[in-house]
Amino acid sequence: MVGVKEFYDIRIHGRAGQGAKTAAQLLAEAAIDIGMYAQSFPEFGAERTGAPMKAYSRISKDKISVHYQITKPDVVVVMDESLFHAENVLEGIKEDSCIIVNTSDSPDTVRKKYNIPSNVKVYTVNATKIALDLFGKNFANIPLLGATVKIVGIIDPEKVKESIRKKFIKKLGEEGVNKNLLAFDKGMSEIIGG
Amino acid sequence: MSDGVVSKVSVVRKALTGAQAAAEVMRQVEPDVVAAYPITPQTPIVQEFAQFVADGLVNTEMIQVESEHSALSAVVGAAMSGARAMTATSSQGLALMWEVVAIASSMRLPIVMNIVNRAISAPLNIHCDHSDAMAIRDLGWIMLFSENPQEVYHNNIVAFRIGEHPDVFLPVAVNQDGFITSHCVEAVDVFEDSFVKNFVGEYKAPYNILDFDNPISAGEWAMPSHYFEFRVDMKKAMDRSVGVIEKVFEEFYKETGVKMDFFEAYKTEDAEIVFVVMNSTAGTIRYVVDKLREKGKKVGVIKVRVYRPFVVEKFLELIPSAKFIAVMDRALSIGTTGSPLYQDITSGLFANKRIVLVNDYIYGLGGRDFTDDDAYEMYEHAEYSLKEGISGQIVYVGLNPNLLGR
Repeated sequence: MVGVKEFYDIRIHGRAGQGAKTAAQLLAEAAIDIGMYAQSFPEFGAERTGAPMKAYSRISKDKISVHYQITKPDVVVVMDESLFHAENVLEGIKEDSCIIVNTSDSPDTVRKKYNIPSNVKVYTVNATKIALDLFGKNFANIPLLGATVKIVGIIDPEKVKESIRKKFIKKLGEEGVNKNLLAFDKGMSEIIGG
Repeated sequence: MSDGVVSKVSVVRKALTGAQAAAEVMRQVEPDVVAAYPITPQTPIVQEFAQFVADGLVNTEMIQVESEHSALSAVVGAAMSGARAMTATSSQGLALMWEVVAIASSMRLPIVMNIVNRAISAPLNIHCDHSDAMAIRDLGWIMLFSENPQEVYHNNIVAFRIGEHPDVFLPVAVNQDGFITSHCVEAVDVFEDSFVKNFVGEYKAPYNILDFDNPISAGEWAMPSHYFEFRVDMKKAMDRSVGVIEKVFEEFYKETGVKMDFFEAYKTEDAEIVFVVMNSTAGTIRYVVDKLREKGKKVGVIKVRVYRPFVVEKFLELIPSAKFIAVMDRALSIGTTGSPLYQDITSGLFANKRIVLVNDYIYGLGGRDFTDDDAYEMYEHAEYSLKEGISGQIVYVGLNPNLLGR
């Protein structure tokens, strides 16, 4: 865990179509469900499948009044390693922030490869592999969501799983939901680093 | 929920976007007719409501039209026939509607329209500013502005009661910031359906052209001998709406514990520098006001909730200690001294013989993000202006001079 804090500003870097917006939204919904306050919104950019995009979540024990894009994140999630080359995913990152990367590499390797400052914690999880094993497709957002919930620590994972069920039961049915829940659990258990 | 008033109404907290919050009220009110044409970022309101219709949750006649001009025309036609009718739009859609926007109000039809505020072309831009709404500000619509999805929800409920009051009979536009509010999920306390239905009440139309027992004509020809009086009548209805809004807000507060006001003041009592702001940026300014107060700065903020009618006397009561007003306009009036909100405030100050320094801070055009850092920068400019006695300056916040032409 990143330590006990009253609020978290989370920025998810993805490519349009990878489900960053859905992940950010599920996080916010679960937080609201347990009586916390939250915001979730996509980057206000043009939507083109495959183009780099961002989604944001603010999660707090108190009411959130601000409305702007997250420029000083506590947690950065990188859904696709290629985004390190496409944009500055470390922008505005603070001391004691952390970064969660979807990669087959170790945290140490990632830190060296992308010159991540030593005061930023690096976590990695091979969310793509989890997704490919379970779905046969790169739906990395749900395992990454599990990983993020584990690191942030203030949201009950069971509530997030309820949100996943609510969101997908109509579209995917019982089997599809269970696969997603498994992907979520694997993301939680397979994340390493710190 | 606040101020010791215990709400009698049961509430469910939901995670909703601003667009969903608007659609939620539409579901609860169940208007007779909705006609709309999709435009970003309004689309999710109508999309969500169309789902309610398809799922049989509401018994509303949903009319899909080929343009916004037709959308509001269909709604006007429905309203003339005694129906409670609604639509929603943004930007170019509102621009295309403009002709009918004026007709809806001058025919005194209490239509409720959601406007998801977006910049106007060219160049094409789908993001937030208030240029679209400002272009209809003098057409006789009551205009409410919403800071967040919760306020979208509350504003939509009271809108019916205000517009449909027999002393008023004017359409109401409920505004929310495109994307920033319309696409942002937040916690929204949703009232039980029965409360909303009862609070809004049965619809009593101003007239019905299909009532053959009481035939009337409406929207007819008026010669110079009569037209003038129609316009003044409309203005008088807008003036009467002030008392109606006060009563509706009071009743809403008694029933729900939720306070609403024309202008919502935050720490302005002893404030020497006062920001004035509309929609989603209000919360960012409140946050920054708190931070500046920690440093001993005498600063406050007023959020404009009811923009039309603009009751400047109520505004002036809230700023007893103000020496400098930083008006924040998310629209740029070209060819005059300041932008819409600035003009409303400065003319009100002058007419009331109140001498205060005022600058117009233009921000966020075309969705340019406005952060806490921008707010601190703006405050520094305001503080400097107060010290140096500067007034009447138009200041562009977050502008990139390198991109400007000559």
